[in-house]
Amino acid sequence: MFKATVIIKRRPKILDPEGKAVEQGAKLLGFNNVKQTRIGKYIEFFVDTKDKSLAEKEVKEYSEKLLSNPIIEDFEFSLEEVK
Amino acid sequence: MKPKFGVVVFPGSNCDHDAYYAVKKVLGYEAEFLWHKEKDLKHSNIIILPGGFSYGDYLRTGAIARFSPIMDSVYNFAEKGGIVIGICNGFQILLEIGLLPGVMLKNESLKFVCKDVHLRVENNKNIFTKSIKKKLLTFPVAHGEGNYYTDDATLKSLEENDQILFRYASKDGDTSSKYNPNGSVSNIAGIMNKKKNVMGLMPHPERHCDPVLSNTDGALIFNSIANNLFN
Repeated sequence: MFKATVIIKRRPKILDPEGKAVEQGAKLLGFNNVKQTRIGKYIEFFVDTKDKSLAEKEVKEYSEKLLSNPIIEDFEFSLEEVK
Repeated sequence: MKPKFGVVVFPGSNCDHDAYYAVKKVLGYEAEFLWHKEKDLKHSNIIILPGGFSYGDYLRTGAIARFSPIMDSVYNFAEKGGIVIGICNGFQILLEIGLLPGVMLKNESLKFVCKDVHLRVENNKNIFTKSIKKKLLTFPVAHGEGNYYTDDATLKSLEENDQILFRYASKDGDTSSKYNPNGSVSNIAGIMNKKKNVMGLMPHPERHCDPVLSNTDGALIFNSIANNLFN
């Protein structure tokens, strides 16, 4: 079995209103050095197979078809074998 | 022959009854609800994907709803030229499934916008606005993610193919950015596919149909479809 971790990031040119809003909070807290806050998604799940290449294929397809939107987001993932 | 509207119901839809009420009770057309787990469009002539928060808007708006069983049928129906309207969350679902180009971002203002807006009708050469004489319509908007975004190449293609249907405007038709409630690229409020049988719009025509609510501009769209459907 593999534990998959997917990180989804909004492309740098795409507006990120959530990041902007959160950064307003940073300013209120006095973190004046904080800049360019960007919010993405962290998703983890298990893939129940012993075949690593199959696991990679499924994670990639799941990320492409549902977890991310290719128009505005990029994703990266890692797989860790678990017993 | 009365056209029949099929109103899809997803978990989290909340404008399904408004749409049903508008087309059936106010305008007198046939209408039926279509449960998202079913595949049967029940001989509907027009499909409405209503507003709301399907699947709680989790992941991205419309991202999960587009994989509902009914959406396979809606997709095939649209590909064969069937008339499909996506309102608000329904528009977001049409973007996710790829029947319309682009994507929705959170409103630029960071606020949920709920108010009446003026729309300039950009195109009358389609079933949705063919019978509409007015150049400006007033519809309510109610959304947090209505900031339509697409890259420059797609925007150009939308313009070249006359796919932009409505732009946010002033009451006199000025489409400068100060009349843009959500930051949408080029003030876009509604678009169509290239074949002009699929429409998505963020404002809610179904909420401006009943005369008791003092504005019936929304009825113009449903009537335009009904008047031109069998011609």
